[in-house]
Amino acid sequence: MRDTFVKTLIGLAEKDKDIELITGDLGFGVLKPFWEKLPDQFTNAGIAEQNMTTVAAGMALEGKKVFTYSIGNFPTLRCLEQIRNDCAYHHANVNIVCVGGGFVYGSLGMSHHATEDIAVMRSLPGVTVVCPGDLVEAAEATKAIVEYPGTCYLRLGRGGEKQVHTELSDFRIGKAIRIKQGEKIAVFSTGAILDDVTDAVVELEKNGISVEQYSFPTVKPLDQDVVLECSKRFDKIFTVEEHNITGGFGSAVAEVMAENPVKARLVRIGINDEYCTIVGSQKYLRDQYGFSADKLVKRILHEVDNG
Amino acid sequence: MNSKELAWKIRRHGIEMTHLSHGSHIGAVLSVADIMGVLYADILRYDVNDEKAGWRDRVILSKGHAGAAIYAALAEVGFFDVDELKTHYANGSRLSGHVSHKLPGIEFSTGSLGHGLSAAAGMALAAKKNHMTHRVFAILGDGECDEGSVWEAALFANHFKLNNLIAIIDHNKMQSLDYCEKTLKLESLKDKWKSFGWKALEIDGHDHDQIRKAINSSDVDGPMVIIADTVKGKGISFMENDILWHYRFPHDGWEYDCAVNELHKCKPEGVADIYTPDGITDPCLPGEDADIGNDHTMSAGYHPTMFRS
Repeated sequence: MRDTFVKTLIGLAEKDKDIELITGDLGFGVLKPFWEKLPDQFTNAGIAEQNMTTVAAGMALEGKKVFTYSIGNFPTLRCLEQIRNDCAYHHANVNIVCVGGGFVYGSLGMSHHATEDIAVMRSLPGVTVVCPGDLVEAAEATKAIVEYPGTCYLRLGRGGEKQVHTELSDFRIGKAIRIKQGEKIAVFSTGAILDDVTDAVVELEKNGISVEQYSFPTVKPLDQDVVLECSKRFDKIFTVEEHNITGGFGSAVAEVMAENPVKARLVRIGINDEYCTIVGSQKYLRDQYGFSADKLVKRILHEVDNG
Repeated sequence: MNSKELAWKIRRHGIEMTHLSHGSHIGAVLSVADIMGVLYADILRYDVNDEKAGWRDRVILSKGHAGAAIYAALAEVGFFDVDELKTHYANGSRLSGHVSHKLPGIEFSTGSLGHGLSAAAGMALAAKKNHMTHRVFAILGDGECDEGSVWEAALFANHFKLNNLIAIIDHNKMQSLDYCEKTLKLESLKDKWKSFGWKALEIDGHDHDQIRKAINSSDVDGPMVIIADTVKGKGISFMENDILWHYRFPHDGWEYDCAVNELHKCKPEGVADIYTPDGITDPCLPGEDADIGNDHTMSAGYHPTMFRS
């Protein structure tokens, strides 16, 4: 996913000299194509995320379209006030790119797990939160946020994600993407957990559960139309995110459902408000915390059977 | 208007604004007044009728708590009506205590310390990439240099040779609770900046000729910092070097009356005071119990045992 992002950004930046990429000294083996091809649009700000973020704001106020790049929580939590005061409040065209949303860097430990970032970024007025689900969504999201006004947060996986979509001709910020129609339940997900969710949906269908599946590449602004429409049609809606269920994507869906007359009951699946203390790969940790494809199938079947 | 006249007006507005609003930070407004006066009278290129002109010099008052000083300067040079200064802190006002970019002439909102130099560095880098020749100024407090992000920006500006960036430090030697040296030792501040690769000058921050000369000597190779030696509360004797006036506002009575009259004693000829044209003719004077010359610093009453040998 990160390579798709870089490749897409290079294509855009070759045509638009106002596009700038600033890294917080990360991207070994990833950003090289950018800095080799477009050295005058690239800056390594060193291991100094606070400065990087406000430098980006300053450049954006001078007309640049700036991407800041780092991993895990470094481009967000480490410099949260810089995002709030300097980027978002000034309506600066700064696009904050996080590589490693969720458990991508699972084995590296808790410091490297980005598991509250959606909640925190979503709470900032003026920040658009985009979490692409596969490589096609990542490419389309990158194109979309360059011209999208104000500050955006782009939460990426790392590499090896499956391509779920063949193509997306009408990708728009704020619009969910329907992957399949169904009759019994609706399953929503955001971000790279889409591959496990898609596998789970196939399995659920084999068990006779007809699922309507959506990917939400944008968490903010949320596609309320899809949420409300599904809330009326289905008895149950499941949200899946590689993130804390407190404040994240499931919470965003819950906010819409709570304030409208709906018949569906919501089940939020994600990390249950705890820090991950287990060491392991992304695949392993997804399973341990209950959102691998297998665990999703079991959980959803259990919820469906137990009304 | 020359720089002396503008600096005087900044001080007079500062007293009136904090008096009316019960606002804080008059000490910092007074210490930075001469720097702001020189910048807006003699140095900066701007057009009040075209506030976003690409060629304008950019200014960020990173020590945003001294917002009244830049508001007063901008109003006096014509960015907005001087009358609006009276709305400082008021309900529905544009003049927040800390600097707001919702006002014409303000480039960047501040108030959380340690952000302004990075924003100025970003603007300076963009100017270089855009082949533009304007300069970017960031005015910092000395206490603000406690913030680690200042030093991130210092590394960055030196590394990218931002010779269109000038930082001015209002070095009044005091911060929120105490003297800087009794809070987190900063000296030698000049050596620190030099060791970060900056051209560093030390000047008298109330001497307008020295301020002009220093700004006009900016290096050709990289960023420059001017450490402006100032006095917190400069110009009002009972406020000078007293940390009380970091937060206290000039109250009705002797505090306001004496502050106004002290300013009138050194009013440049021909400058009009729109609030009290002739000063205050029958001023209240401080009584014997007036809080003048007392030590309000934290260290005056803080004696932890861990430092005893």
